[in-house]
This record gives sequence, C-alpha cells and structure tokens, in this order.
Amino acid sequence: MYSEKVMDHFMNPRNVGEIENADGIGEVGNAKCGDIMKMYLKIENNIIVDAKFKTFGCGAAVATSSMSTELVVGKTVDEALQITNKAVAEALDGLPPAKMHCSNLAEEAIRAAIEDYKRKNGLLDECDCATACGRRCDDIHHDHDHEFNEDDEE
Amino acid sequence: MGEKFIYMDHAATTYVKPQVVEAMLPFFTEKFGNASSIYTIGRESKKAIEEAREKVAGAIGAQAREIFFTGSGTEADNWAIKGVAYGNKSKGNHIITTNIEHHAVLHTCQYLENDGFEVTYLPVDENGLITPQQVAEAIRPNTILITIMFANNEIGTIQPIAEIGKLAREKGIYFHTDAVQAIGNIAINVKDMNIDLMSMSAHKFYGPKGVGGLYIRKGVKLVSFMHGGAQERGRRASTENIAAIVGFGKAIELATANLDEYNKKIMALRDRTIDEVMKNIPFVKLNGHREKRLPGNANFSFQFIEGESLLLMLDMKGIAASSGSACTSGSLDPSHVLLAIGLPHEIAHGSLRLTFGDDNTDEDVNKLLEVLPVIVERLREMSPLYENVKRGNVNV
Repeated sequence: MYSEKVMDHFMNPRNVGEIENADGIGEVGNAKCGDIMKMYLKIENNIIVDAKFKTFGCGAAVATSSMSTELVVGKTVDEALQITNKAVAEALDGLPPAKMHCSNLAEEAIRAAIEDYKRKNGLLDECDCATACGRRCDDIHHDHDHEFNEDDEE
Repeated sequence: MGEKFIYMDHAATTYVKPQVVEAMLPFFTEKFGNASSIYTIGRESKKAIEEAREKVAGAIGAQAREIFFTGSGTEADNWAIKGVAYGNKSKGNHIITTNIEHHAVLHTCQYLENDGFEVTYLPVDENGLITPQQVAEAIRPNTILITIMFANNEIGTIQPIAEIGKLAREKGIYFHTDAVQAIGNIAINVKDMNIDLMSMSAHKFYGPKGVGGLYIRKGVKLVSFMHGGAQERGRRASTENIAAIVGFGKAIELATANLDEYNKKIMALRDRTIDEVMKNIPFVKLNGHREKRLPGNANFSFQFIEGESLLLMLDMKGIAASSGSACTSGSLDPSHVLLAIGLPHEIAHGSLRLTFGDDNTDEDVNKLLEVLPVIVERLREMSPLYENVKRGNVNV
C-alpha cells in the first residue's frame, strides 16, 4: 500500500535526531492519536541550514517527517512556509488516502518549528499562535488538502 | 529480502493443510454436483456434506443435525444474534455481551440497538476477563440472549464459558459464544459447557476461507437469515460450497485428532517468547491473562513506539505479525479490546500480536527474539516520547 519511496524513507529515514541549540523546535500531534512529530531547525540568515526530526508514529508518519526535513533544508523561512501537506505527499510518490493526515502533521511540524523560531527572534506578527499542539485528534486528522491559509486555521 | 518467511499471524488466518486441499480438490472438478440434485454426482455431494457435518459435530460434542454451514464466522455471529433476537422478540429485547467482542458481534448488537433492542456491554478486567457474577447481575426479566466470546482474537484471553453456560441454562436464557478463535485450538464440548449456539470458522485451523458454521442446539428458536431453497434443512438457503465444507470437515478432524500435541508445541513457543520478551525488552507489557489464554497467542505493548512501524520493520525481516494500533485498525482509535483492558491510547498504539501455529519452529522464535529488541530500540531512538526516559526522567 505504500510507495517504494515511502518505504525507503521509512526504512532509511533521513535526518533522524535532534539539533542542539536549535533555532526553532516544533512538536505537533499527540500520543493519544498515535503520532507525534518533533522537528528541529537550524536557521542562519533566514535560511534553513539543517533540519532533524523525531517521530512517534506509523510508517507514513516517519516517511513524511523524513521527507519534510529534506524539503526544508536550503529554503528560506518564507519558502518553507509554502510547503503544503500535498507537496510532502507528492514528493513521496503519494500516500494512501487513510494516511494523508500524516502529511498534514508534517506540514504543521514545519510551521510550528518556524513559528518557534520567529517567536524566539521577535518576528511574530500579531497572533500566529495556531499550531496543532494540544488540538484534538479529529482536528489534526481532518483532510485539509487545500493550500494553507492562516485565516482558516483556527 | 532473502530472509526466510516466518508467519506469526495464525489468528488472522492459516494456510490450508495439504491433506485438506487434497480432500477438497475432487469437488471442484469431477464431483461438482449440486447437493440438491437426485443423480449420482448430486448424491455424492450431499453425502460429502453430511460426512463433514458429522466430523464437525463430533469435534464439539454435538449431534450432526445441530450443525449448520455458513459462509463465514461473521455470518454465523450475525445469524445467531439477529436470529435469536428477532425469533424471541415476544419474550424480551435485552441482550448481554462484553466490550471486547469481535466486531461481528459488537456491530450486530449495535445494529439491534437501533432496532429497539437493549444491549448490556459488560466491561472486562485488566486481563480481559469477565466473571459469571457480572453476567448474573446483568440478567433482567427481559434478557433473551447472552453472547460472550470463547477466546479473544487479540489478547487471547479465554472466558469462563462453562460457568456462564451453566448460569444461562439455569435462567433459561440462550447462550451464544463466538468460538472462532477457540475451535480447533482448544477442546470444546457444547453439551458439557451448556452452549446453545456457537460460531465457527474453518480458516483459523488450517481449513479454507469462506466457510463457517453455526452450532444450534436442538430446540433453540431463531429465525432464518438466508431465505431461499431448502438447503441446511431450510434454515440457511443457498447452494452449498461443497469443497469448502469438505475442507472444513477435514480440517477439524485433523485439528481435534492431535490437539494435545499441537497445543503443547505452540504453547512452548508462546511461553518462551513471552518470557524472553518480558525479560529482555524494557517498558513492555503483556496483554491478556498470563495463564487463561489461547495456546498460540502472545500480545505485547511496547511503550513509546507505534505498532504499524513495528510491523513494517518485522516484515522487512521476513516476520508477519499484527497490531492493534490505530493505523492498523483502520480508524483513528487503537483496538477497542486494548482500550477495554484499560490501556491508555498511547500504549495501545504500540501493541504487537504474535500468534503461533504448526509451521512455526524454535528457530523462528530465535529469529524473532533476535530481531525484535533491535527493532524496538531503533523505533524508540526515533521517538520523541523516549527522549525523557533516556534523560532519566522515567515517569512511566
């Protein structure tokens, strides 16, 4: 049911681990739902120079974490914020429909880590306080197959 | 991956034994007659079905006329529960069951709740057991059916069926048991255990898929489920799947013939697995009762990791197993059975079920015990939940 690319990223995940003194750390999901992603970013001159992750979750959760660390490195903060769950899934040659929520988590982990970076550096606009942390399973696992839009992420 | 394939998921299904296949084969080709036909090959089919019925009856201490073949264990559960419910509506509308039944029972009960029936779902204890006392206390004047599984498909816990049967018989309430996981694996006598209806399925003990059976004690009142021809004495219409029924008969004959020896063998594999895993892997819990469990069932929860990942990694090592995690249950929640025994969600997500069978060897268990700790550690290293533990903040 998983593509070869998903299996590759699951069996040989890229960038597993932690970054000491990371500039941004984002943790989304919760243990109750069965998946947690924690993403660490190293950001220099507004460019993401390193990314690492730790994930508790299924094969798709590990693979999307791995892929999203690959996708963000080398991008500016703003470019990284444009990465959608769809882009993560497509980079993995697709995910089974029941696993699309894992790519939502990946997208949210990136956003949460960047938000943490912005907060630490006083770069936050008014209230960008929407992350998946602490939300209920249903909220995280809804399909949001659309482009991310700050306004409808309540 | 060049590894020997090791199958440790016999509770999901089993391979079909060669002797069973051999017994079935003629009924696809030269002996293809419809059992309702009057000519020779029709009569041969009819005879083959009746011989299979005798074998099934003999294996569970029933009379042949009390065995009805169905298309599956699920069908048998549906028929027993809806059949008794609708057939005894005038006497009452209350059903007693447990909260760890197979979905074939649970969803049937929920269906009936939407149709005016009342269902009591008895909660199990931390080992997955209910007590006869709980059943006794749940009985009402309008109780028409008690349906409690013989042994659980996930955690392997075996219920006190004989005691519940005795109680039900004394109270004059029909007692159905879903014995799909038990039959062919442990000794069952429907008369001694006062069972009124019992669901069976052939593919859990080296028979073919697509055939099951319902034991209906003579005198039990239930409505038919399939309407049509006069097959199965008019109670379960449709042309018989003769090859599958013959396979069912052969498989149960083989299973009961060497049950003790088979149990001894798989119990040894199970016990070694349980003992070694509990000893060698930290933060692990055995799910289900340690003694009152199916001889081939081991079920663990490994903290801080998720079951599907575990299964995928075991598969890469050639080992087939199953889990009760959300990702494998097809919903957002982990298995209802694991939640019912009181596991928190995050621990239920990390469950692993290993079910042994006659193709398993000591070497298979060696291999499992070699790779499992490595896989668990690898996934834990990847898990953010494990960080605190490694930092010494063991608060689990």
